[in-house]
This record gives sequence, C-alpha cells and structure tokens, in this order.
Amino acid sequence: MKDLLKRNKNAAVSYSIVIVLFIVLSIMSGAGLLGRKYTALLVPVCCYIVAAIGLNMNVGISGELNLGQAGFMSLGAFTAVIVAGALNFHGVTAPALVMLICIVCGTVVAGFLGWLMSIPVLKLEGDYLAIVTLAFGQIIVNIINNIYLGIDENGLHFSFVNNTIQMQEDGNLLISGPMGATGVNTVSTFTAGFILVMISLIIVYHLMNSRNGRAIMACRDNRIAASTVGINAVAEKTLAFVVSAALGGAAGALYGMNYSSFAATKFDFNLSILILVYVVLGGLGNMTGTIIATTLLVVLPEVLRFLSIYRMLIYAIVLIVIMIVTNNQAIRLRLKNLRMKNGGRGKGKEVSGNG
Amino acid sequence: MQFLSYLISGLGLGSVYAIMALGYSMVYGIAKMLNFAHGDIIMVGAYVAFFAISGAGMPPAVAILLSVLVCTVLGVVIERLAYKPLREASSLAVLITAIGVSYFLENGALILWGADSKFFPSNIFPQGGITLGSLTISWLTIITIAACCIIMILLMLFVGRTNTGRAMRACSEDKGAATLMGINVNMIISLTFAIGSGLAAIAAVLLGATYPSISPTMGAMPGIKAFTAAVLGGIGSIPGAFVGGLLLGVIENLSKAYISQQLSDAIVFGVLIVILLIKPAGLLGRKVSEKV
Amino acid sequence: MADEKRKPVLEVQDLGIDFGGLTAVNDLNMKIYPEQIDGLIGPNGAGKTTVFNMLTKVYQPTRGKIFLEGQDMEKLNPVQASQAGIARTFQNIRLFYNMSVIDNVKTGMHNHISYNNFDAIFRTGRFRRGEKQAEEKARELLEIFHLSEYADLTAGNLPYGQQRRLEIARAMATEPKLLLLDEPAAGMNPQETEELMAMIRTVRDHFKIAILLIEHDMQLVMQICEHITVLNYGMLLAEGTPQEIQNNPEVIKAYIGD
Repeated sequence: MKDLLKRNKNAAVSYSIVIVLFIVLSIMSGAGLLGRKYTALLVPVCCYIVAAIGLNMNVGISGELNLGQAGFMSLGAFTAVIVAGALNFHGVTAPALVMLICIVCGTVVAGFLGWLMSIPVLKLEGDYLAIVTLAFGQIIVNIINNIYLGIDENGLHFSFVNNTIQMQEDGNLLISGPMGATGVNTVSTFTAGFILVMISLIIVYHLMNSRNGRAIMACRDNRIAASTVGINAVAEKTLAFVVSAALGGAAGALYGMNYSSFAATKFDFNLSILILVYVVLGGLGNMTGTIIATTLLVVLPEVLRFLSIYRMLIYAIVLIVIMIVTNNQAIRLRLKNLRMKNGGRGKGKEVSGNG
Repeated sequence: MQFLSYLISGLGLGSVYAIMALGYSMVYGIAKMLNFAHGDIIMVGAYVAFFAISGAGMPPAVAILLSVLVCTVLGVVIERLAYKPLREASSLAVLITAIGVSYFLENGALILWGADSKFFPSNIFPQGGITLGSLTISWLTIITIAACCIIMILLMLFVGRTNTGRAMRACSEDKGAATLMGINVNMIISLTFAIGSGLAAIAAVLLGATYPSISPTMGAMPGIKAFTAAVLGGIGSIPGAFVGGLLLGVIENLSKAYISQQLSDAIVFGVLIVILLIKPAGLLGRKVSEKV
Repeated sequence: MADEKRKPVLEVQDLGIDFGGLTAVNDLNMKIYPEQIDGLIGPNGAGKTTVFNMLTKVYQPTRGKIFLEGQDMEKLNPVQASQAGIARTFQNIRLFYNMSVIDNVKTGMHNHISYNNFDAIFRTGRFRRGEKQAEEKARELLEIFHLSEYADLTAGNLPYGQQRRLEIARAMATEPKLLLLDEPAAGMNPQETEELMAMIRTVRDHFKIAILLIEHDMQLVMQICEHITVLNYGMLLAEGTPQEIQNNPEVIKAYIGD
C-alpha cells in the first residue's frame, strides 16, 4: 500500500509541477512579463519535455541507449506539415482541430515506424543497438532532406529528385528538399503543449505502474531472470520503443506547427544527443527530474545571454561539472555524509530509478 | 576502370575513417567508454595544423608533428580532468560527460577562431598523382592509404609484441586483475587516450587535405563516421577499426558515384544496419555471452 | 514404493548436451515425483547447473527428451518453459535490484495477470481488479517468506539471506509445478541454513509442488531430500535415497578420490 502511495505520489508531484508551471507562465506571459525571447521558448520547452519523457521510457525504464529520438521528432514534424497542408488546402483551418489531427497523425506515424525499427534494433544489444538507432535517425533525416512534396486539387505530388513536381496554379509546395517545410501555418500554443505534456506523463506513469511496466524494468535489471519468470524481453522492449517513438512524434508534430519554416537537418544527431542529456541529467526513470532538467537546460542558454560569446562554453562546463559531481563516488559519499550529519536520512541518489 | 577509380578513392577516404576509428576503438576497448569528443579533437588537430602552416609558416612536417603533440596532450588532459573522476560511474554518465567535453571544445573553437570556415592549405602534399593506363591515383590518396597501413602495422606490433601492449590488453580484459598484476592502469589509460588523440591529429591533417574547409563544427560528422566504422568492425578491435573504416569509405564513395550523391548517407547507414543484423558484434567483434 | 505408481512431474530421458567438442552432460535419466524434494549433487563441474539450464530451456539439449507432466518440452523457449510450470533460482542471485521487493514478486505474476496496455493506460476496471489481485497475492507470498516488513524496500538493499528468500518467493509467484533451486544455501551460516531448510519444507507443504535442488552442503541435502541424483563428469553416477547414496562407494570415490 505504501509503495502504491509512494508511486502515485511521484506522479502527483509531476502533475503538480507541470500544472503550477503552466499557470504561472501563462499568467506571466499574458501580463507581458515574460519578454519575447522567453515567450518564444514556451512551446519548444513542451516539445522537448515530451520528447525527453518518451526517451526516458527507452533509456531509463527499458535501459536501452537510443540515439535516434530526433528522427522520430522529424517524422512527427513533417507528417504534421503534410496533414496540416492537406487540411488547409481543403478548407479546414480551425487551429485546435488542425493541431489535434496533426499531432495524432504525427504520433501514429512515428509510433508505427518505431515499431518497424524495433524489429531489427532489438536483435542487438548495448552499443550495437545504440548505433543502429543512430543510423535510423540519420537515414530518416537524409531521406526527408531529399523529399519534394506539394499539394493541389489532384492530391499530393511527390518527387525525390528535385523540384520537378508539376502542380496546378493554386497548389502549395509543402516540403522542398533541403529547405524543408516552408509556409507552415503556425497553430501550436502553450496550452496545447501543456496538454501534451500532461497526456505524456499520464501515459508513461500508468504504463510504468502496470504489469508491462514492471516487466520492462525487470528486463532492464536482469534479462535472464526476467525470461525465467516468463517475461518476453523483446515484446516488452518493443512496447517501450514504440511509446518512446510515438511521444517523439507527438513532440515533433507540436514543434513542426510552431515554426513557419524548418529543415530536416534541425532534427539531426545533435538534437538526439541533446534530448539524451536532458534525460540523464534529470535522472533515468525519473519523470519529474526530466521535466525540471529539460526546462532548466532549455532556458539556460537564454539566461546566460549576458555572458555573450562565452555562454555556451559556460553551459558546457556546467554540464561537465554536474555530471562529475553527481556520479563520482568520492564526491557523492562526502555529500551523503554531509547530509547525514545534518540529520537527513542517508539515501543515495541513484542514476536509475523506477518512478 | 571508373569503378576501380572510385574504389581506390573510397579506400583513401576509408583510410582516414580507419585512423579515426582506431582512436575510438582503442579508447573503448581499454577505458570502456565512447569518447564522443573524439571528433572535436580531430577538429582541434586540423586548426593547429592550419595555423602552424598558414599562420606561422612552418614546414608541413613540423606542423603535423605539432598538431600530433597538441592533440596528444589535449587528449590526456581531458581524460584526467573529465573522465577519470567517473571511472566507477555508469557508462551513460561518462557518455554525457564526453558530450559536455564536445560542446566545450566546439564552443571554445568558436570563440577562439570564429565561426567562418577557414581553408586548409592544399599544397602540403604533392599534387598530381600516378597514372596507370586510364586510371589516375592522386598522391594524396596513396599517402593516405600508406599512412593507414603503416599505423595499423605499428599498432598491431605494439599491442601484440611489447610489454606495454600486453599491459593494454590486460587492462581491456580486466582492470582489477591488471592492477593486481602490478600494471599502472591510470598510466595505461592515459597512454591509450594519448595514442588515440595523436591518431586523431594525423586523421585531421589528411582530412583537411581532402576536404579543405575547416570550421569549429567540422568534427561532428567525422566523429559519427569514426564511431560507425569502429562498431562496424567490432568495437574494441584494432583490426576491426581498420576493416570498418575502409569498408565505410568504399561504400560511401561507391554510393555517391553509382546511386545518389544526396542519399549516400542513408545508404551507408542502411548497409551498416544490414551488416550488424548478420554479424551482431560487428565484422570482427566477438560476442561475449553472459554465463547463466 | 508408492511413488513409482504416481506419474512423474518431470521426466528426463537420455538427456545430453555438447558444447562444440565438449560433452557436458550425457545419457541422463531422471524422474521427479509430485511433492517430492529431490537433490542433484556431484563434484564441481559435474554439469548440475547445465542440467538446470536445459530444464529451463536456456540451453537447448543436443539429445534426449524432457517431459513436464507429460508435455514434451523440446520446442519451448525459456519464456514458454516458465509458462509451462518450471521456475528456478540462480547460483548468483538474480534479482531485479532496482525494483522494490514487492514489485519483484509481482513480476513473477506476469503471466497470471490478465489486462492489456489499453487497460493500464485508461485504468479500467479490469486493470484495477488485476492489480488488486496481484497486490493481495504478493502480500500473501511475502508473508509466507517472512519478507512483509521489507515490501517497499529496494531489492538491492536487502540483506543476503533475505535476497535468497525473495528469489524463491518470486519463483513461487509464477505458480510452478516444479521449483529448481541452484545452491540456495551458498554463502549461508549454519543458522541461516536451518531456516532455509525449514523454508524449503514449508514451500513444498504449502504449495504442494516438487522441488529439485543443487547443493554442496551435504548436511542439508541428506536431511531434506527424499531422493538424490548424483552426477559426475556429466553422467549419472548413482541415484537413490540419502541412505543409499551415503553408502555408495562410487559416490564416495567421486567426491574424495581414490
């Protein structure tokens, strides 16, 4: 009973933080207190949080290093652009409706491709698995970078080579190769981002605290023992993979409708690594940590603007220092002793957790 | 004949990848970590050589030596400051720290040398090449392939025949046991990073001579390619890095020539996936199964 | 004896396995009867854990047959073997160290809880009922194994003796027909071993299952096992009651040497 309460407490804490942040930031934004730069970060932060929550499912709960989350985000983003373009062309422009349909489509496409990818990926282990996820991420971006897609009365026109698609007068070019998506109708809102974050949290927490969530964590902790109690590791890890990909797609869809133009190269390996950093810093398997770490790290470069050219350097040093301090045994022991001396209970911070 | 030409220049490109992959693989084999900052050390090597030749007017041989020296020291310093404190930590923690180091190097370069691309001197290696019938092989390609082969042979001799090499192999099997045998593991790990970084500098010069545009972010793609090549050959294996690198270069070049210039990346990574599905531990890697 | 009339829970016929050129186990025949505590002993390297790995289908035998309550286990993989009713513990304890004690037990119930992901996400009635059942059963098991006070503790923080018990509890959560214990008394002092023996008897009496255990602690084996199989160099050396085994000159020779 206590454990059930404890786990629900973790979820409750997460939900509360998100709700409070949303309310506070909405009020500040409405009252003009946020400033243009920070306001512009509201939706992206939500996107990164959702993508990070998804990745945490894979890296933290399932214990598999996934270096391709950006690929799924790009799938979501470009699917959203295509669907939105089609909807707009046929007269459907209500922002909420367009957003809903596009996010759902982005999620489904990314989730489906995540499932397809998991088939070869889960035949491998450890760093070999990691590099195949990286490979898939690169392949997706490379392909999208070469797609030309437009829409007119006759439907969608698609070309791989270059701008050889012929469209009617009133056709719209949706994706133009390396230039990416252009002329996107930006409909994403902070409210939508907030709702998406909440839904992601609910899905992940509900799965984690269920039979399959336990099975996934069992496979992470000891794959052989898990098979001994009748757990099929591939099936369980596939679930984690699909959820991770789907959430990446949802995040990407929201992202794609936030900018009037963006290119596939935005979703490269560097973005995958960035999301991974958010996840590890927040704590593997710790969703609340993910939310906090992502928010802080997305905002940090803006906060450090006063350091001008040195800000990213400081960012890098901060990252290195945090990693060393939180993972070096000697330092952690000293901190723990400090805490115990000051009356706290000695509870070490684990890199992995389960809730 | 065209095919042969593409094949040989692919081997040239692959040789550069192999040299980069060697550094990656050695560090992984002995320090058991993925040094994501490896690509950025290559970037530093390129800049040092550039400034030595274009800025200070040094002869190319001296510049290369200087670059190797700087990178070697840099590699060891990074290891001592950033990675050594995390020896007992999870591999994921070290990975993220390596990413931090990568950010640091990239942004440091940005501040010091600006974001605009510089042009690597194109005359440090003899121009032209040798012609066999209708086939022309550039001197650069020949030198690159030769350098790679020499490095490979030297490394294999070093690791296989010397005491230090034996100590390195011991560390890669079991650090604890190695310590008990009186091996100075810290020294071995630092040496590994030194060698890896030195090789990165050589790769940097060859890379710069092939693709003369250098910038602070030039190390990202080579880093990925090095990682890919190392895994392809079986990560931790020196001959594996050699084979992986060459194969990667050849596939990339042939893809660009015969299938599609733009989609060559997708094809290369596609081939990687297929190969790993057939050989899950890489071409020359050994799969270590867990004892039940 | 009355046993012979009953049908065996486990029947092993001419079982053998080769690893490359090495024959690790050969010509093994065993029968284990319901509610019997059986021992599998032999010098180090005799192939005992290999036999366990074959029974749980972690290794695929090269020759021979395994029947669990009459069902041929040839085509089963480890997951299916568990579902068929074989559970085991390991020489080096394999717990889910990052999960709580009660969650470790609940993982054992994986195949006996019946709701799907949709139920889990939307917290349907089926989910609630399934979780309530799992919680109750897990608590029951913890009670039997004297682990109730540790329910919410992370498994990695348990003392060694309790870790062993937890492993057995998790194995019992799978509702097996046959429980395989691989050196359960390893690393235990005499008092802990006594408690373990009582625990094993309780498990057999309460759950009415057959138990096969590998052990080096001869005292435990002789006291608790009703039937013993002796392995040497991968082959059956002797089998019988503890009395018979103790007095078997071949067995004595195998352990002590000429």
